[in-house]
Amino acid sequence: MTDSNFIETMDSAEFRVHPDAHIVVDGAICADCTTRECVVACPANLFVPTADGGVVFNYEQCFECGTCYLVCTQAGAITWNYPMGGFGVVFHRT
Amino acid sequence: MTDNESVDVIVVGGGPAGSCAAIVAARAGLSVVLLERGPFPGSKNMYGGVVYPRILDELIPNWWDEAPIQRWVTRRSTMVLTDTQALTVDFRTQAWGKAPYNGATAYRPDFDNWLARYAVAAGAQLLTSTTVIGLLRDASGAVIGVNTDRPDGKLRARVVIAADGVNSFLAKEAGLYKHTDAKHFTLGVKETLALPKEVIDERFGVRGREGVDIEIVGCTGGVNGGGFVYTNLDTVAVGVVLKTSKLAAQSLRPEQIIATLKTHPAIAALIEGGETKEYSAHLIPEAGLTMMPKMTTDGMLVAGDAAALCLAAGIWLEGVNFAMASGMYAGEAAIEAVKAGDVSAQGLAGYQHRLSETFVLKDHRKLRRAPELVLSDRVQHLYPQMVANVVERMFRVDNPQPKPGMRRILREERKRAGVRRRDLVRDALTGFRSYG
Repeated sequence: MTDSNFIETMDSAEFRVHPDAHIVVDGAICADCTTRECVVACPANLFVPTADGGVVFNYEQCFECGTCYLVCTQAGAITWNYPMGGFGVVFHRT
Repeated sequence: MTDNESVDVIVVGGGPAGSCAAIVAARAGLSVVLLERGPFPGSKNMYGGVVYPRILDELIPNWWDEAPIQRWVTRRSTMVLTDTQALTVDFRTQAWGKAPYNGATAYRPDFDNWLARYAVAAGAQLLTSTTVIGLLRDASGAVIGVNTDRPDGKLRARVVIAADGVNSFLAKEAGLYKHTDAKHFTLGVKETLALPKEVIDERFGVRGREGVDIEIVGCTGGVNGGGFVYTNLDTVAVGVVLKTSKLAAQSLRPEQIIATLKTHPAIAALIEGGETKEYSAHLIPEAGLTMMPKMTTDGMLVAGDAAALCLAAGIWLEGVNFAMASGMYAGEAAIEAVKAGDVSAQGLAGYQHRLSETFVLKDHRKLRRAPELVLSDRVQHLYPQMVANVVERMFRVDNPQPKPGMRRILREERKRAGVRRRDLVRDALTGFRSYG
């Protein structure tokens, strides 16, 4: 699947985005991580390696699945919470 | 709802476990609050396709007339795939197309929302768009309520039923899980593809509300797991279930694995032209008894995915029925405890007893070795190729060569696939003990 196709695929799901991020990633800790499990495993492809060796996380299209904190090997790198009530992903046909 | 208000039961999570717990408790006259963090029950929920609702018989008579079902599964296939081969065991019966039915496909946002309405009808107070952010506990550590993200956040109850899903932060906060291990979870990802109903009927060989569920092994690009394709009324769902701990090792992203499955000749023809209507993902507690938490503590019970009550045993893949049943039993135990005035772990012990005496834990005990076997490297990476090759040689007419004997084919293909005889025997025995 090409990147542009996957962007379309992700746009098929509804997200009610809260102004505050429910998951916070400490890129400084990620800079020391060589395995980067989150980058491969996040089903929404929200973990993006940066040029300076860190990782940025985009919370807007998060499925709230929990895969990232499960596979993460760096203590303290991911602070994981559910979004505020009523916000986040809203499924309809799944 | 104010700081001081207290109810008999708070149910956290408006999925099948939570709603069934709320239905049972509210019908017995208890005051019940059902909390759902999404805008409506089911809005956060997805699954791998089939719900087996017979457990609803005692809660909702003739549920099949009311439930928002997509199709009744009358055709069930198990498919073994290699890159270029497919072996399918295909079963169909008209019996599953009429009451009391067997399995059904449904959209979880519809199904869960429908079920929650019975809780409301029974008198439970449903609060949507409410995220629980922690437990309230007394000095002894007993659970006495929950803290929410509402302005008037705290809500007290005699019993909290944590049906807060696979990540269950409440069960973890209460110390009911010893530890969380990525190896015990799989990640399910799925695309819902729109196709006209007639096209689906024709491609899958069904009529009316009849539906098809195909479970697949050997299609996940070296990542342990499996695939599935099933029919809704005017959409087809295609997805994969992946062992999270193996994804990074293979450097394969979930959507790449679905994309490869969609191009397999045995699958591509079924979904051709389908337009993606919704992409979704969810974790699955896959390890059965190995990962299950303590089900009860003072003032709290855990049900459904939150209690890892999901049966991932290859030929049987069930979760919603285990959620509904455990929710019902949690509700019943809460009634007993409230009426007896003892909501300690001991007062709530009826829950564990009910789980142990019914299919909920009996199935899990019987199949305790199955999840590991199904996701083992041999079943995942060696046997599909071996089996497909055996069948290909069985049916290949190699004239002028005479037909080889089956034993020779089996021996040669076992060796070619790199399967040791003793491993094959051992896995067969494990399978026989589990499924036999």
